Amino acid sequence: MKIFRRRLIQLAAFGFTNAQVLNLASGKIYKGELKNFCAPGLNCYSCPAASFSCPIGAMQAVAATSGFNFGFYAAGIILAFGILFGRAVCGFLCPFGFFQELLHKIPTPKKILWRPLMYAKYFVLAVFVLILPLTLTNYAGVGLPAFCQYICPAGTLEGSLPLLATRPELRQVVGSLFAWKFFILVVVIFGSVIFYRFFCRVLCPLGAIYGLLNRISFYRLTVDENLCINCGRCKKICGMNVDPVRQNDSAECIRCGECAAACPKKAIAINFSTSLEKRDDCLE
Amino acid sequence: MSRKIFQAVVILTAGGFIFHGVTRGEVAIIFQKAARICMECIGLG
Repeated sequence: MKIFRRRLIQLAAFGFTNAQVLNLASGKIYKGELKNFCAPGLNCYSCPAASFSCPIGAMQAVAATSGFNFGFYAAGIILAFGILFGRAVCGFLCPFGFFQELLHKIPTPKKILWRPLMYAKYFVLAVFVLILPLTLTNYAGVGLPAFCQYICPAGTLEGSLPLLATRPELRQVVGSLFAWKFFILVVVIFGSVIFYRFFCRVLCPLGAIYGLLNRISFYRLTVDENLCINCGRCKKICGMNVDPVRQNDSAECIRCGECAAACPKKAIAINFSTSLEKRDDCLE
Repeated sequence: MSRKIFQAVVILTAGGFIFHGVTRGEVAIIFQKAARICMECIGLG
């Protein structure tokens, strides 16, 4: 039931974030007031259907603007969502995460991701989101939105493809950069079919930030050690390859609740409740 | 430092960041970028 509820929330978040679906036919970009706000998940604001701004795109847009250096507004929104929900944002609210989960349902042999690859997203965050937009500038002194420009597959999927399909004039500027970004998108799509949430775990800078905040977020996973029988079912079912019993604060846990649903003793809870914390405080 | 202190620090930082960003006009920059096609973002620029 909880898993079904998560699917409904993911679907609702996907629809809410991309509510301007009628624009897909014309290739127009929504210019309403909602674009002043950032959605919590990765969703390209150049997608005709997008209602909100992308937080990573917004951070880079401000950092790349002369005299600004850092996007405080978007960073504040990311921190606010992160401290409240941690990586539950990835598990429930991110449209691109939902897209990857659907891809992973395609029946093919599944593989386990090589663990060191998961650290790549911290490099992407530091270099492509924070450092390069500040340091690489063009002739006009405008910085480079390096993550959007060279990596983000959401921009290719949600922005370029619908726009190229509906606006013939844009097809004239397709070049090597688009070819590179299309290649990344293909890699991410194939990766997501084989590995659960390939992009989230390897490349997503938002996932990196929310993952760092997982340790202290209000929405969290707790394991009642008195009930746990160490059967290992939670670890076995986790798509993110987390062992909830030993790593309940793991930066990779997206709070999807699969482990809690699989636990035969109901020892795992994922919520805002601090009952176990309070009990631990009393024991201390 | 306990978890609750970290939580308070992050909440205050987030609020401070949002306030600072709004007051120095970042929302307008974001809107200008988001209300047009960002050619770099979609790999065409």
